[in-house]
Amino acid sequence: MSIFERLSEWLPWVRTRRGDELAEELRTHLAMAEADRVARGEQPADAAANARREFGNTALVRELSQDQWRGPGFWFERLSQDVRFALRMLRRSPVFTAVAVACLALGIGANAAVRSWTEGIVHHPFPGVREQDRLVAIAGTVKGSVEDDEMSWPDFIDLSHGTTAFDAFFVSKITGATLTGGDRAERLVGQLVTANYFDAIGVRPMLGRGFLPGEDVGRGAHPVTVISYRLWRDHFGSNPQIVGSTINYNSAPHTIVGVTPPEFLGTFVGYAMQFWVPASQQAVFDPSGYKLDDRSARWVEGFARLSPGISVSAGQAEVNVVARRLEAQFANDDRGRGVRIFPLDQNPFDNAKTLEPMLRVGSIVAGVLLVIVCANIANLLLVRALARGPELTVRHALGASRGRLIRQLVTEGVILAAIGTVAGLFVAYISRNTLGLFFAPRGGVNLVFGADYDWTVVGATVALGLGSTTLFALIPALHSTRADLAFALRAAAPGAIRGGQRGRLRAAIVLVQISLGVVLLIGSGLAIRSLRGLLRANPGFSSARVTTGGINLFVAGYDTARAHRFEDDLLRRVRAIERIGAAAFATNLPFSTRPYDNGPIAVDGYAPSRDERPTADYNAVTPGYFATLGIPLRVGRDFAASDADTSAPVAIVSRAMGERYWPNTSPIGRRLQLRGTWMRVVGIVSDIKYRSLTQPASMLFYVPLAQQRSTAVSLFFRPDGTNAVRVVPAVVAAIHEVDPNVSPYEFVTLREQIDRSTSGQQIMVTLLTLFGTVALCLAVLGLYGVISYVVSQSTRELGVRLALGATPSQLLALVVSSGLRLALTGVALGILTALVTTRLLGDLLFEVSPRDPVVFGSVIAVMIGASLASCLLPAWRASRLDPTRALRA
Amino acid sequence: MARKEPATSRIELLQGTLDFIILQALRWGPCHGYGLVQLIRSQSGNVLQVETGSLYPALQRLMEHDAITAEWGVSDMDRRVRVYRLTPAGRKRLAAERSRWEQLTQAIAGLMQPPAPEEA
Repeated sequence: MSIFERLSEWLPWVRTRRGDELAEELRTHLAMAEADRVARGEQPADAAANARREFGNTALVRELSQDQWRGPGFWFERLSQDVRFALRMLRRSPVFTAVAVACLALGIGANAAVRSWTEGIVHHPFPGVREQDRLVAIAGTVKGSVEDDEMSWPDFIDLSHGTTAFDAFFVSKITGATLTGGDRAERLVGQLVTANYFDAIGVRPMLGRGFLPGEDVGRGAHPVTVISYRLWRDHFGSNPQIVGSTINYNSAPHTIVGVTPPEFLGTFVGYAMQFWVPASQQAVFDPSGYKLDDRSARWVEGFARLSPGISVSAGQAEVNVVARRLEAQFANDDRGRGVRIFPLDQNPFDNAKTLEPMLRVGSIVAGVLLVIVCANIANLLLVRALARGPELTVRHALGASRGRLIRQLVTEGVILAAIGTVAGLFVAYISRNTLGLFFAPRGGVNLVFGADYDWTVVGATVALGLGSTTLFALIPALHSTRADLAFALRAAAPGAIRGGQRGRLRAAIVLVQISLGVVLLIGSGLAIRSLRGLLRANPGFSSARVTTGGINLFVAGYDTARAHRFEDDLLRRVRAIERIGAAAFATNLPFSTRPYDNGPIAVDGYAPSRDERPTADYNAVTPGYFATLGIPLRVGRDFAASDADTSAPVAIVSRAMGERYWPNTSPIGRRLQLRGTWMRVVGIVSDIKYRSLTQPASMLFYVPLAQQRSTAVSLFFRPDGTNAVRVVPAVVAAIHEVDPNVSPYEFVTLREQIDRSTSGQQIMVTLLTLFGTVALCLAVLGLYGVISYVVSQSTRELGVRLALGATPSQLLALVVSSGLRLALTGVALGILTALVTTRLLGDLLFEVSPRDPVVFGSVIAVMIGASLASCLLPAWRASRLDPTRALRA
Repeated sequence: MARKEPATSRIELLQGTLDFIILQALRWGPCHGYGLVQLIRSQSGNVLQVETGSLYPALQRLMEHDAITAEWGVSDMDRRVRVYRLTPAGRKRLAAERSRWEQLTQAIAGLMQPPAPEEA
């Protein structure tokens, strides 16, 4: 064969011509044989028949001859023949194909989606940012506290100059701004950044420029901003002339100098940032003012990129050296302060850490679901191969080699896998942003997760799906083509209801499905109980009707004195509203994204150990706050109007704080210092939970708002016996009566505020419930399939039983009992597995034991009930058999 | 495909042997498929009756290996037939196989003789 001939084999007409030539040759052979017979004296009719008989099966001869053709062109044609045949077979049984594709799509899609979310958030949380695997977050540490803190600007700048292990430092501190107008203020989320931000992360603005060196220092000196693609699109109608326009943040005009590309969402997991401003503008966004010169003001959320080849621990070592130097050099501000670096998946500043355990659970669950799906596919393919047993044996008898038949069946499996995989990728694609949907908007801002797909993960999942389906096609193919001719044609499996070898394989697969389904359902049951417990947990204050809304006077240009007057006036008016029982102001809001104010304290009579720097959270409140929120006052008194800014400073401490610093004595009358001001303790209140429902009791104390004025406060009010919603308009009206230019942020009940903070748990519950339900359906379907098949295989035996006098209800009982036996075994296996594995959920469960009997019991009941239901239809069909027809089957 | 023949008259040949037989038959001149069947049958004294299901695949195989070539011609009955002939490579292969067969035949013939009496 010359090269030319080989290549020409790829042309379809060349291949056809060769086939036609061979056909002609065979025809001629037959004709000559017939002619010879006639010449020898046979009758023409006999000659024809004998010649044909001697010749044999023309089609087979031709096929065997063509099989000898070796060129790749032929190989390709054989493949496409197989593919076309496979597609035809799949089209012929649409239900089977649809079910199999749906199963694969679900399993592969769910897996690809969850795994790439996890990998994405862990390894590449910031879309559009380059070399994220070398980025680390930089936080401050305090001796005596396990909480991480932020750094101060001067410390951070010194750190960035003092190391060689990093090739870039930048700051991106989350902040908010208000676009005012109308009844409600619109909240934007953005970041305060260093001037080198965009260069350091490798993001080139789509329009305009980033920030110039030096634009990040100088109080208020550089009112410029870069806005996000979405803000540009939604607010400015994608105006191409946007560079140079003005936008007002908190009533301060800023010039837009650039727009970021669409896929870039900033450097904070969980929010889509809408704007970036240089740090020099800090005073516009932070009511406590410009802090870039203050070494003790800690607000910086910093990042750095490790130089290539430098490990995290090496970087940390260098950082520690610098931190030690700063501590020695600036003893006043930095005593007891250290610096710690974190890889991005442990970033203390954003939501990545809270998500991680949830996503881990999600990954495991998706993996389990994939196994169940594979089991289902295996079952389906096995059934199909068995159902086609007669067809296959006839083809085998006609001369098809076993290899050919296997090739056929495997091709079908691969095609099915390919279709299912494509569908799965599609599912994964459209679920791209659904993670964000699980998070309720907080403070009016939607959480967004830039789920960049991790293609290696997707690829691995796809390979797994394809591989497993092919394997599952291969096994039944080998199985059914091994059949001995006559045996298979009799199509009678040995035994009947009990199954036989093939029945055993299918039963084993269904066992796997049922037990895994049980495990998933138990997991979701535990998660649901945990979430319910969490939502019902008592935070220590009355949350049901207490409503709160933020009022930012800073935005409206108030200073503290004017804010004082505003607050007093408003409080008077709100309290006067008829249906309001109590109202108060506070500077901090529980369960909000912004942590409570925190500061270093000194306690009279308490000597901190050498390296300890006591700090505590504090909240500035008006008199009546505790009554409004239902926080019990244990000892002493509440703040009063007499605790004004001219009176002696006072404080109220929480119970835990009282016990920590004044262990064996009453704190009442003792003194406590915050930032240089000594205050006397006048009361003790019960502890509350304000960071998370699972937090331990914290060091928290309260000061009167009159003695710690702020321009950003939250209003709390408790309506008297009526729905809070009806009271809100009156409150808004009262605000506008005082100043029509001030708009509050949205009003929510504290209950809702707490609910929003449990979104991580909610994801877990949703995922587990969804997957658990799917697993249940698949297991039930699998069981139904097995029982139906067994019944159909044992029709004759059932007929015999009927003929010998069995009643239909006895047959029903027979079938149901065999199905139930299978189900019970599966459930038992599932329970055993669950007992072992749910321990892994341990720390994610809130006040629920991993072996909670209620959950286990209800899952057992559900699974058995569902199994019963799936057996009933085939059993009913069995009981309705006509004995004569059954015997003849 | 399977014709029920009495077991004795159906000799199962190895694939390589069939190829050899065909090459040998073509040594005496080009031939078409049917003619080959006749030739082999008559030359072997009706012992070797090659089935079409073996012949044609073998012919295709030999063509793939460039041991024979085929061209269309006209038979004496004015039929369009495909005629096969040996290539030089085919001839060489045939010569090698022949000598191998002869060696084998001699060896087996030797075994058919009673063993020489051992000199004590």
